[in-house]
This record gives sequence, C-alpha cells and structure tokens, in this order.
Amino acid sequence: MDFTNIINGFGVVLEPMNLLYCLIGVLIGMLIGVLPGLGPVATISILLPITYSIEPVAAIIMLAGIFYGAQYGGTITSVLLKLPGEASSVVTVFDGHALAKKGKAGTALGIAAIGSFFGGTISIIGLTLVAPLVASVALSFGPPEYAMLALLGILLVSTIGNGGGLKSVIAAGVGLLLATVGRDTFTGGERFTFGSLALADGIDFVPIAMGLFGLGEIFYNLDARRNKLDTPAKIANIWPSRAELKESSGAFGRGSVIGFFLGILPGGGATLASLVAYAAEKRVSRTPERFGRGALQGVAGPETANNAAATSSFIPLLTLGIPANATMAIIFGALLLQGIVPGPTLITDEPELFWGVVNSMYIGNILLLILSIPLVGVFVKILRIRAAILAPITVLITLLGVYTVRNSIFDMVLVIVFGLVGYLMKKFGFEPGPLVLAFVLGSLMETAVRQSLRIFGGDVTGFVTRPISGTIIGVIVLLVVAIPIAKVMLRKRAEKKFGVHLKPGESVLGVALAKEATTDDTAPVSTTTEGEKR
Amino acid sequence: MTTPSDDRATPAATDHTDDLLDEEVEPAGAMANVGAAIAPLLLGAAGAVGSVQLGLGEVTAPGAGLWPFTICVLIVLCSAALLIGGRRFWDAEAFSRNSLVVAIGVLTLVALVIALPYVGFEIPCALLCFVWLRFLGGEKWWVSIVISLGITLAFWLIFVLALRIPLPRLF
Repeated sequence: MDFTNIINGFGVVLEPMNLLYCLIGVLIGMLIGVLPGLGPVATISILLPITYSIEPVAAIIMLAGIFYGAQYGGTITSVLLKLPGEASSVVTVFDGHALAKKGKAGTALGIAAIGSFFGGTISIIGLTLVAPLVASVALSFGPPEYAMLALLGILLVSTIGNGGGLKSVIAAGVGLLLATVGRDTFTGGERFTFGSLALADGIDFVPIAMGLFGLGEIFYNLDARRNKLDTPAKIANIWPSRAELKESSGAFGRGSVIGFFLGILPGGGATLASLVAYAAEKRVSRTPERFGRGALQGVAGPETANNAAATSSFIPLLTLGIPANATMAIIFGALLLQGIVPGPTLITDEPELFWGVVNSMYIGNILLLILSIPLVGVFVKILRIRAAILAPITVLITLLGVYTVRNSIFDMVLVIVFGLVGYLMKKFGFEPGPLVLAFVLGSLMETAVRQSLRIFGGDVTGFVTRPISGTIIGVIVLLVVAIPIAKVMLRKRAEKKFGVHLKPGESVLGVALAKEATTDDTAPVSTTTEGEKR
Repeated sequence: MTTPSDDRATPAATDHTDDLLDEEVEPAGAMANVGAAIAPLLLGAAGAVGSVQLGLGEVTAPGAGLWPFTICVLIVLCSAALLIGGRRFWDAEAFSRNSLVVAIGVLTLVALVIALPYVGFEIPCALLCFVWLRFLGGEKWWVSIVISLGITLAFWLIFVLALRIPLPRLF
C-alpha cells in the first residue's frame, strides 16, 4: 500500500479551508441530528447547491461531516427526550432514556459520544485498509459486472430498506425510468421529452433529490405535526467513570465490527447496524433483564455501530461507484456535479480527494467528541425552536437554492413537483430512497447493459457465464428468494412470540425490540408528555 | 386479514411503543391502497407504449426504447402484484385535515415561483413566510410578521449581498 498518499491526505485535511468545512459539516450534522424531522439525507440534498461554489474536496468533506455528525446529534434527543432525532438512534431510546430517568443522562451521552468516536475511528482504519483492495479487484470489472453490481445495489436497498419490498422495487423502477428522460447517448434520439427543450438534457439530479428528500420531507412533517416534547432531563457529570467505561468496552468492540460490516452492505447502513448491535448486546449480556431499564451496553453498542456503519458505507461508493444507501446516492450525485466519477480508479486518479475525505473523518470524529460534550446544553436550547418557524426557512432555502444552481425557474417547478411526489410516496408507503438511488445509477446501468449486449453479441447468457458477473447474479437470485423467505419466517416467529400481527413493511426487528423493551419493563415509564405551549 | 386494532398487545405496552415508534397514523382505506398500485401501473403502461414508439431494436443492436421498455414491464408487473396483494398492505396513511395544510403549502410555493420573475423574491418570500407561520404554523400575528421580515432580510443579506447570486429582486 502506498502510505505517502495517506499521509498527503492528512495534509489536505489540515488545510485551513478544509478544516473549516469539516467543522461546519459536523456542526450542521449534529444540529439536524438533534432536530427531529429533517434528517441527514434531506439536509445534504438541500445543501447541494452550495457544493457548486466550493472545491470538490471541501464539499465532500462537509457533506460527509453532516452524515456522521447526525449520528452523534440523534443520540442527544433520544436520551434526553425519548425522541430519536434519527432513525439510527431509535434503539438508543430504550436504555438511554431509562438512564436519563435515573439521573444518568450525562453518563449515557458520554458513553454514546465515546462509543461513536471509537466506532467511527475503527471503521476509518478498516476503510483505509479495505478500500484499496476492493478498488484493485474492481479494476478488472467490465460493463457486465457493473450492470449486475448496480442491479444488486438497487435490489438490496429495495429489499433491506424500510417499507414493503414490492413498493420499493416499483419506486426503483420509476427512478430508472426517470433516468432515461432526455437524449439517448447511443442513438442520439430524444426520449420522453415531450418536445420540451428543458428536458432534452435529461432531468437534473439536484431538483429530484431536493424535491423528494427535502421538500417531500417538509410536507410530510407538516402533515404529521407530531411535535410534542418532554422537558429535557437534567444533565450532570458527563464523563463516564472508569468502571462504566470498562463495562461498555465490550460493546464498543462488538458495535464497531457489526457496524463496519453492515455499513458496507448496500441497504444496510446505520439504522440496521444499530438494531443488530442492540440485539447482539442483549444476547451476549449476562444480565439481559437490565436491558430497557438503563443498561450502558444498550447505549454503547448501537451508538458505536451506527457511527461505524456511517463511515464504512463510503467503501462501496468510493471504490465501486455504487452508493450503498440514500445518503451515499446524494453524495454520489454531488461528486458527479463536481465532474468526478466515483469508481475503482478514484484512489489513483484523485488521491487527494479520496484520502482527504477519508482522513477528514478522523478529524471530524475528534471535533465531534470535543464538541458534543460542552455543546449538549446549547443543542437542548435549540430544540425549543418550534418546527413552525423552521419549516418556512427550510422551504425557502430549498427553493431559492435550486434556482441558484442553473438560474432556472424550471428547476424550481421540478422541485415542487418532486416535493409533492415525495410527500405522496411517503403517504402511500413508498420509500423515496430506492427511487433516487436508481435514478443516480440509471444511466450507468443502461450504458453498462447495452455495452454488455454488444460484447456478448446479443447473447444474454453472457452475464451468467462470466465468473464475476455470474457470481453477482447468484447473489441476486439468492437475495430475491432468500430474503423474502427469511422475512416471512422472522415475521411468523415475532408474531408468535409477541402475540401481535405485524403490518407489512413494519420492521420486525424494530417492533420486536420495542415490545421486548416494554414487556421487560415492569413499571412502564409514565408518559409525561407536556404539550408544547403555543 | 389484520385490522389496526390487532396490533395492540396490552394497553401499557402500546402507549410506550407508540411513543417510541412515533408512527401510529390512521391507515388509509382499501381505495387508497388500490390507487397506490394503479398509479404506477398506468405510468408503467404509458411508458411501455412510449418505449415501443421509440423503437425497441434488436438484442444485438438495442434501440432507444428497449431499456425503458424493460423497466416499464417491471413496473407494470410489480404494480399488478401490488394490486392483487394490496389487501394485505397497510402502510398507506389516510389523508387528514393536516393534509389540507400541505395543499396550501404547495400553493404558496407555486405562487412564489409564478411571482418571482415579475416582482423579485423579497415580497413573495416575506408573504410565504407569513402564511406558513401564521396560518400553517399557528404562530401569533406579531411573531409571524417580525420573523417573516427577519427571514427575508437574512435571505437578502446572504443571497444578494454575500453570495452575489443573480436572484430576481426588487432592491
């Protein structure tokens, strides 16, 4: 391995501008992690226009910072308010809030921050070691391999992600279809433009992402309006004791490993990692009955895992050019906007960018560890800002932001249209994630498929007979058959165990954990929800 | 067939999980679920027809329409499966009075986009903020007015003065 590039990467990060953007990124990330409603995907989408005006390295460093910073922030509200700021912090609520009830909110936050730092750092080291290997293997990939890899990525995101599998596949299909709008690169003919000049170059990625994720989420929150807040628990003594650190050390280790591997898996990501880590901690614990009542491991495990996963999910993006989840799809889009095509040659072609971004995560994690502890009080105050005030601000940032990209009123219209589509999709149980991911991969996949067909002379079996693409197809088949069967079996078991019927699309693991946490709880926490005074 | 009330195991547990999962929304009826399958079905069918018109070509020399046609067939098949199996799907949410708020919100955005080229961004921006704060957010009159003006000024300072972005504007 070439260490000079890694060391040069640190030089890139330590440039004052890049440090500044790293700081801005993690601060924004933490902030939106604290605020329930707007998640990292929405925020990164809304901020896409800004990335135009800054250097590619700084832009990606900032966007990455938002992503892993949000994992830290989401914990704060989980612990203090029993209100997960992010999906990946939902399980932290069980034990984190129980600890807060015991007056140990500070300990819970401290353990979570240290765990996040630990998981993040282990994952960066893993990324540094694994990424060049994956990239060197991927150099031998041809169009058939890429076509199958893209298909695998889309399918994994559709089947593992939230929501019903079928609806996710439909959403992905619509994403692929939207990607075909515009001039066909092979024949030069226009497709689905309906004679519109604005559509001739295809639909831009920015309005789709900003509409579906940004505006769509704002609309959805406007409809849901579930902003009832507890009074935050008091925080005292944030530094965990040596005994508490020792108690959590096993969870830090296991969480890092679980997070790292689940993060690499397309569709896995931080949320799944935190759920699995919680389940794992409970399983290995000698005192599983303490879970749900304030077990430190119940905070340490998932919080370590979600940060580790957030970091390792960069591997497929930066080495194969295949985004593993919705956030990575947006960062993929941001890279394309900068004229950089992520793929196996990225490490050698753009070592500054690659190692700059990877190494910025060390700095970002250190910044987060330093900041998260003293800033907790500030963030709790920010929680007092009402959603009603934030909504028009985010809407205007989105609309005026998209205008600034190409000075185009048409793009503003597109954002509103896709915002409405995103809202309706969420209302009807379709996830926008697979759509955006498929849209991003659409033209790559079509090009790869058509090139493959030419290589094979029209013989479709070529996909199967080539060793690597054949293996990927094997995995796809396994996935299409095995995952639905596993889901049905898990569902049956969960229904039998808890005596409930699950709605399709409901996460078996999530519900199981929630039910377990509550049934273990002999004295259910009284819901002291204080309606927000208006 | 499951009904939403089947989900409730014990009252105590439900209270707790409701709070945790925070997603207990009125599910939509059968019509909405059928609609959720028919909409993509129609889209897929229309796309397939359009693709055929573009020319499918041969497998050896794919035309412009072959790839979109394949995708549209996939969409149609999945939507049909959803339509048939749709009775089991409960993840659609019913529209409520709050959904009307969304509709008004969308209208304000459309109004902003229409007005922008003619009167600049300042007045539509302030008006949009005011409507969202006062009528959609239920803030007090004076709070809404002060914050709307504040936000507009902040946007003017950031976009016009600091970033020098050529937004259509009055001042």
